[in-house]
Amino acid sequence: MTSTTISRIRQNQIAQLIASNKRLDGRGLTDYRPIQIETGIIEKAEGSARVRLGKTEVMVGIKIDIGEPYSDRPNEGVLTTSAEFVPLASPEFEAGPPGEDSVELARVVDRGIRESKAIDLEKLCVIPGKKVFIVFIDIYVLNHDGNLIDASALAALAALTNTKIFKYEIKDGEVEIKPGFEELPLVNFPVAVTLAEIDGKLIVDPWLDEEEVMNARLTISFDKDGRICAMQKGGSGTLSPQQIIEAVKIAKEKSEELRSLVVKKS
Amino acid sequence: MPVFFENREIVTPGDLLAEGGFDAGRNTYKIDSKIYACKLGLVEYKGRTVSVVALNTFYVPSVGDLVIGKIVEINLHGWIVDINSPYSATLRASEVFNKPYKPQKDELSEFLSIGDLIQAKVIAYDRTRDPLLTIREPGLGKITHGQIVKVSPAKIPRIIGRKGSMISMLKKETHCNITVGQNGLIHIYGRNPEDERIAVLAIKKIELEAHTSGLTDRITEMISKERGSDK
Amino acid sequence: MSKKIRLVDENGIRTDGRKPDELRPIKLEVGILNNADGSAYIEQGKNKILAAVYGPREVHPRHLALPDRALLRCRYHMAPFSVQERKSPAPSRREVELSKVIREALEPAIFLERFPRTSIDLFIEVLQADGGTRAAGVTVASLALADAGMPMRDLVAACAAGKADGYIVLDLNDIEDKEGEADVPVAYMPSLNAVGLLQMDGQLTPEEFEQAFNLAIEGCKRIYELQKQALKAKYLAIKEAVEEAVE
Repeated sequence: MTSTTISRIRQNQIAQLIASNKRLDGRGLTDYRPIQIETGIIEKAEGSARVRLGKTEVMVGIKIDIGEPYSDRPNEGVLTTSAEFVPLASPEFEAGPPGEDSVELARVVDRGIRESKAIDLEKLCVIPGKKVFIVFIDIYVLNHDGNLIDASALAALAALTNTKIFKYEIKDGEVEIKPGFEELPLVNFPVAVTLAEIDGKLIVDPWLDEEEVMNARLTISFDKDGRICAMQKGGSGTLSPQQIIEAVKIAKEKSEELRSLVVKKS
Repeated sequence: MPVFFENREIVTPGDLLAEGGFDAGRNTYKIDSKIYACKLGLVEYKGRTVSVVALNTFYVPSVGDLVIGKIVEINLHGWIVDINSPYSATLRASEVFNKPYKPQKDELSEFLSIGDLIQAKVIAYDRTRDPLLTIREPGLGKITHGQIVKVSPAKIPRIIGRKGSMISMLKKETHCNITVGQNGLIHIYGRNPEDERIAVLAIKKIELEAHTSGLTDRITEMISKERGSDK
Repeated sequence: MSKKIRLVDENGIRTDGRKPDELRPIKLEVGILNNADGSAYIEQGKNKILAAVYGPREVHPRHLALPDRALLRCRYHMAPFSVQERKSPAPSRREVELSKVIREALEPAIFLERFPRTSIDLFIEVLQADGGTRAAGVTVASLALADAGMPMRDLVAACAAGKADGYIVLDLNDIEDKEGEADVPVAYMPSLNAVGLLQMDGQLTPEEFEQAFNLAIEGCKRIYELQKQALKAKYLAIKEAVEEAVE
């Protein structure tokens, strides 16, 4: 029987190291683990990517469909984000309906994309009030070693950058799909940066053992212009106002570093 | 060493009560040299100790407490008793049978069945194990008549009064037997329903006005008024 | 498409007549449900929200019990009639997320370690929603916990700030929440200077965020004072009534 609950000794070890500005895996307090990004890995999906953040591994597949718009936004495409904690990714994950952690993960990633207006949804309108493109972002957690939010947000962004939309024409009010593809109208590039608070110190990109020790975490998403577009505090501890302001500064810097891995500067 | 409230003033969780060389008493906690309230209640400064008399609380068992409970389950080893607490209590079969208890032969429900009320004493309890009860003392055991009043466990000290003054007065004036369970349940048994009615009224009034002064006099007055009105 | 609604006029006055740094009128009541171990009610603007606490009590199902602390469970739920278009009573993903962040705002306030193997069940029912329900939900839930006699490090006060028509504004109402540029809900324990809930959506520069965040903290401090008054009110009323009668 494996469990992710870590021993008291290891907890103390992690906390003591952090108190002296070191981490168990040799990183500095604001360093990310090594990041690998691959795109276009699932041919049947309109867009896809896999991100490895240390041992954390997340895949995102994007499917495009045609459906009805929301009644209050008749001229806009629809964005929906889901997250699946696949049971093979962790002894803690169970098959079944999404739990609160996966709902939170999906909603935080969704918020970053939506609030930064990353996708120009008005360009996804096919027949106003009747037919629009629906963009399904499905986050698939394949291995859980901490900081799923940053890995998922990065994978979602990477997948969106290679998403193609099928061409169509409208005949007698009906949508007909034509051969060929167009680029998804991606106009912003949100990136999420998560910090954890352990014994009064802030660290970037907590891995699983650090998540077990942390008091609280704070995720801050930045758009391409350095504006904050989403935030989420998690965990059952607290942060001081000073720590929050400091976290924003650190996260802004790190967000640029992460974005440059996906979006090549023009 | 400043204090920040008047004695017996109402405080709420998080209120800074005192700073400096004080000790944290009941319902308070200390960070560095600061003492904060952790419950809604009346602050008390007694010497170096700062405490809060809670206005509402729930019953947490303590060894030696007299409690009143209800049998809710019978299993192989004894009875499970609801004692109006976050933890249900166990009354072991061996506490009831004088001879060695044989689960194959002895029928527990013949002694106490589900729904029965008992007066019992807590003989063991810690945070890792549910409380254990005994009924092997005079006055303990099954309750067969009278009635039960439920009050907030926070008010029990007020109902008993200083050195038992309030409860003695109640018993004397209402002519009832009154047993006060620390868990907020009170057993009243009088000569007639009218005596019991007055006792219940008096207890309810104490519960409501527990945090006020001059209470004993007002209760005595109320009882004699009630007595007068039915004659 | 409809024209964009003006949220703040040329005099800096908002749609409901408030100044940018003004709270909506708040009414708080404590101990209003007799079955619950603790309960409270809040009206903030047109928000009407009830909260009730049961416990600490035995955990069902039993395997969820924690050996070293109480399990805090929280359900934030919106009544079907609480919004313009009927909301399905089944919990939405939004409600699942809000239940989690509200719980995480309250957990650090409660001495959960004193009641191992039990559960504390908290129910928040939004009867009418008018923007800022999660913050109002935290505020009212914290009162219900204190009313239940739960040992707490501090009361948790919550309030949102955000941006509307370029102004940094406090305590967004429904239309500001929907049409404004950003929303920053915050839950705060003033005595401990600790933030237990922080979210943001919309777009803010880091400087604007800092302004909005500080304004939200200021709002929390004002709400905290109202919470204290509400908790004391019930007992002070009895005390005054009986002590006057004697004189």
